[in-house]
Amino acid sequence: MRVKPKSTQFHQGREWGKVALIAAVVIYLALVLLLPTLYVFIGAFSRGISPFFATLTSFDFTQAVRLTALAVGVAVPLNVVFGLCAAWVIARRRFRGRTLLLSIIDLPFSISPIVAGLMLVSLYGRNGLLSNILQFLDIKIIFSFPGIALATMMGGMPFVAREVIPILEEVGTQEEEAAKTLGAGEWQTFWRVTLPSIRWGLFYGVVLTTARAMGEYGAIAVVSSNLIGRSQTLTLYVEEAYRNYDSQSAFAAAVVLAALAGATLVIKEFFERRTRIKNEESLEE
Amino acid sequence: MGEFLTTPKPILLDVRLNYLQNYLQTMTVANTQSTIPPAPKKNWQRFSLPWGITITYLSIILLLPVSALVLRAATLTPGEFWRLATDPVALSTYNITFGTAFVAAAINCMAGTATAWVLVRYDFPFKRVLDAVIDLPFAMPTAVAGITLTTIYSEQGWIGALLAPLGLRVAFTRLGVAVAMVFISVPFVVRSVQPVLQELDHSIEEAAWSLGASHWETTWRVVLPPLIPAILTGTTQAFARAVGEYGSVVLIAANIPYQDLIAPILVFQRLEQNDMAGATAIATVLLVISLVLLLMVNLLQAWRQRYEG
Repeated sequence: MRVKPKSTQFHQGREWGKVALIAAVVIYLALVLLLPTLYVFIGAFSRGISPFFATLTSFDFTQAVRLTALAVGVAVPLNVVFGLCAAWVIARRRFRGRTLLLSIIDLPFSISPIVAGLMLVSLYGRNGLLSNILQFLDIKIIFSFPGIALATMMGGMPFVAREVIPILEEVGTQEEEAAKTLGAGEWQTFWRVTLPSIRWGLFYGVVLTTARAMGEYGAIAVVSSNLIGRSQTLTLYVEEAYRNYDSQSAFAAAVVLAALAGATLVIKEFFERRTRIKNEESLEE
Repeated sequence: MGEFLTTPKPILLDVRLNYLQNYLQTMTVANTQSTIPPAPKKNWQRFSLPWGITITYLSIILLLPVSALVLRAATLTPGEFWRLATDPVALSTYNITFGTAFVAAAINCMAGTATAWVLVRYDFPFKRVLDAVIDLPFAMPTAVAGITLTTIYSEQGWIGALLAPLGLRVAFTRLGVAVAMVFISVPFVVRSVQPVLQELDHSIEEAAWSLGASHWETTWRVVLPPLIPAILTGTTQAFARAVGEYGSVVLIAANIPYQDLIAPILVFQRLEQNDMAGATAIATVLLVISLVLLLMVNLLQAWRQRYEG
């Protein structure tokens, strides 16, 4: 904790400045973040509980949940495997182009989701680069589930690697090498030495990837045909309902997504408190 | 080794040195005859599976689609590309996108630095909650942000109703685009500055005070300079995020050309009109700009690492 300056008399004039600054920041965050978030919940229950549950049990909504769950179910495990491999390669090996690889992994953070969607269209779309092969094999990707899955994968790609790399670098290789000298194989070392030491970072990376996957919108809007009840994910459902002046349904679906976002923040807080306690313990030692 | 060096008996030492010499000789001989496989090769074998997965996945998910877009753009003649990328509507969307994103990033540059300062330096009730809430825009789907911001900032909404008597319309105007861009880019500057501020040595400030510097002088000339790389990194990230935003803006804006239409939404509209060439040209411009911004963030971070040691 910060040590408070001893000469309180000198700093007394600053008390007002301090209060004013805190107030300004709180008002700013209230206007930009807090009130909008609060309104998601109020909007969902504006007409009471029963319309809320009516939305949640409607066919269109459950179909949207199903499709989102399916996309998440495909994208998250693949992104986790990739994230672990990429983190391992980047943290454990020094090679030329390492920084370049790191930047490429970060790319989905800075590419506009619409541009990302368009990339998929120009690769797999009707006149796309692979259109002849896909037509020959009779595979449909754009305006179909694979396109949604690919868009979801692209957006959530960097998170696991981003969370795991710093932990792998901090843990170092000593324990892994010790395990290997004691005769452990590659898989044994990974499962019993590496994985336990990165598990919290990995867990948080998975949470972030999942949150992003559920909230993916722009790229999916491009690659999905957006047919209600068939190719509509939760975010597309929210937009469609809102545009059709059915704001109650839109907010009911939004509350589900916002609750999941809230859960993400709670998990993050828990994760950070854990690492902080661990760090403090290691400092005391 | 320690015991080896402190052994007092010279004869024994001689024996040991001989042994060591022999050992080293056999080692070199073994190495030149390469009966022991060289270490690097073994490393390659060990890492081949993660390497393979990393490269394959990156290629399928990212590199192939990026090259598809670029190749697609390359099929246009330079003149055609130029005409599509710089037609009047496209030019106006660049103006609106970058101008509004710049304003949003500037607001978050100041507000974010103030927020980081308040969170690190002061204690007040519900501080931890406020700290946790900063990350909401990362976790909240942009479509959700879009509908709730539109409702709140519309003329009947909580905040919009207060601004309407002042003649300020937010939702369905450029101001609304700015609000959405501010919302989605709140965390960047705060999360970039916070750790640096935490690490900052308090004693330097105290030294400045004790040397007679006023509070403002200390803030401007002692505290702020080390924060500048972090502030710039966060601001550039916020700008990059705001430039590419689609989900929240498409809902809060009226999406009318020359008024509040931003470039990513124009790409989407071109695609809906089956104008693949137009969509590709504008998307390529956006892609190049996001690559340049990514490069800038990397350079800023490299500078920062040197700066902060």
